[in-house]
Amino acid sequence: MSTLIDIAKLNLFYGSFHALKDVTLPIQEKSITAFIGPSGCGKSTLLRTLNRMNDMIPDVRIEGSMKISGIELYSSEVDVETLRKKVGMVFQQPNPFPKSIYDNIAYGPRIHGITNKSQLDEIVEKSLRDAVLWDEVKDFLKRSAFSLSGGQQQRLCIARALAVNPDILLMDEATSALDPISTLKIEELAQELRKKYTIVMVTHNMHQAARISNTTCFFLSGELVEYAETEQLFSSPSDKRTEDYITGRFG
Amino acid sequence: MFNDSNKKQIEGRRRFDFYLHLLFVAATSLAVLVLLVLIIDIVIQGAHMLKPHFFTNFPSRNPHEAGLLSAIVGTAYFVLIMAPLSFILGVGAAIYLEEYARKNKLRSFIQLNISTLAGIPSIVYGILGLALFVRGLGIEQLALGRSVLAGALTMTLLVLPIIIVAAQEAIRAVPGTLRNASFALGATKWQTVQRTVLPSAIPGILTGIILALSRAIGETAPLVMIGALTFVNFLPNDVFDQFTVIPIQIFNWVSRPQQAFHDLAAAGIIVLLTLLILMNISAVLLRNKYQRKG
Repeated sequence: MSTLIDIAKLNLFYGSFHALKDVTLPIQEKSITAFIGPSGCGKSTLLRTLNRMNDMIPDVRIEGSMKISGIELYSSEVDVETLRKKVGMVFQQPNPFPKSIYDNIAYGPRIHGITNKSQLDEIVEKSLRDAVLWDEVKDFLKRSAFSLSGGQQQRLCIARALAVNPDILLMDEATSALDPISTLKIEELAQELRKKYTIVMVTHNMHQAARISNTTCFFLSGELVEYAETEQLFSSPSDKRTEDYITGRFG
Repeated sequence: MFNDSNKKQIEGRRRFDFYLHLLFVAATSLAVLVLLVLIIDIVIQGAHMLKPHFFTNFPSRNPHEAGLLSAIVGTAYFVLIMAPLSFILGVGAAIYLEEYARKNKLRSFIQLNISTLAGIPSIVYGILGLALFVRGLGIEQLALGRSVLAGALTMTLLVLPIIIVAAQEAIRAVPGTLRNASFALGATKWQTVQRTVLPSAIPGILTGIILALSRAIGETAPLVMIGALTFVNFLPNDVFDQFTVIPIQIFNWVSRPQQAFHDLAAAGIIVLLTLLILMNISAVLLRNKYQRKG
């Protein structure tokens, strides 16, 4: 396994608030990396720097280096549209568009210029299959995405992200709004997707990180306290603060 | 366990509740009642004037031959000019303010101005229209004269702030999570606006536009100001011709001494009210139709 994302000495400020402090972290390709930590620790902020969703927030300042495949994300040679095509994102709340299931999946390919109907059909089917949703929805692709259950909507959102053919998939607490069974399905799906995609996920749920991730990173007050192979981090954390957090002494 | 209740105090509370209930019903009834009295009075006075020739004749000195044709055509011209103009300008400004403009002091300043403009008396727009469109600020080549176009442009200015505010509210009601979903797929701002924001906001925007236009077609004051004619026995050939509209014609008939002309005015009001009610109904239908889809 090789490093796909390389974060070095990254600092991020919201106005005068120092939200990320000197974060240095290599992320392995085709693996699941989980960010854990208490609310406000900066884990979601770091996730959002990976597809530059922070660009839209006024007064954000970023220092340091963040590279994907050796290319600096915050440099002029990177088009943010292309970056977001390569780095897909799934949000906390399922957020399908108020359109049909088909049009939800086709949204991404269409904005990137694909208009050919048979090509779109192919992408829609493949994406839905990859998100293990195809068998459940194949007979009513024209129905509104809102007719699906919450868990199905979230898998639809994953399929929608896959439709533009990304390399990296960001999941921002993607199961926190779902019931346990839907959560389990998403977790199984993530395990499957790891074979083809690099997954970075933020989770509030330590057990989830322990269950499915390969690497776990623990954040506290904007600092990356520790990162290690998941098993190692949960069995023998090297930092006292990590140990306190995972044993439930705070957080 | 129910023994500690203070019967007397509860009775008092209930009575108070009952009286307020009555007050609220009375307040609502008053509004409905006023409208009913207005409609009944107008219908009694004007219904007998609503004959086919009323819609096909020009105004006349003989009240039994007079009709509303030139006013109806003038109003139709107005709507046809105002609707596309105010849609493009109003929605464009709303998109800029909601989606593109940075949330800074300049934007707050613009916002304050638009809200203020929405509350400015219509006669002031009449004066503005007179200077800007009728006289072209004194430049002869720009002066439109007392034409349909000058009138419709003045009315467009009048409804523009209302439409901008309505469109802004409709755009703001589109959840931010949908914008994020679109941006996260690599969409540009315009792609997001076009494919996600506008489709969700358009019912609200159209409702706002219809309501604003229905206000505009009932306005009289600014048109008196810019000199709409009150006795027009021709149809405008193009937008540079002189014109009249329904409320101006009503105004003219009301100001005559003879009873028969007052009846004509009542008939004109029936036409205008019907038009307004139809527009309001279409706005409601439009909103319901899209709400169910969402």
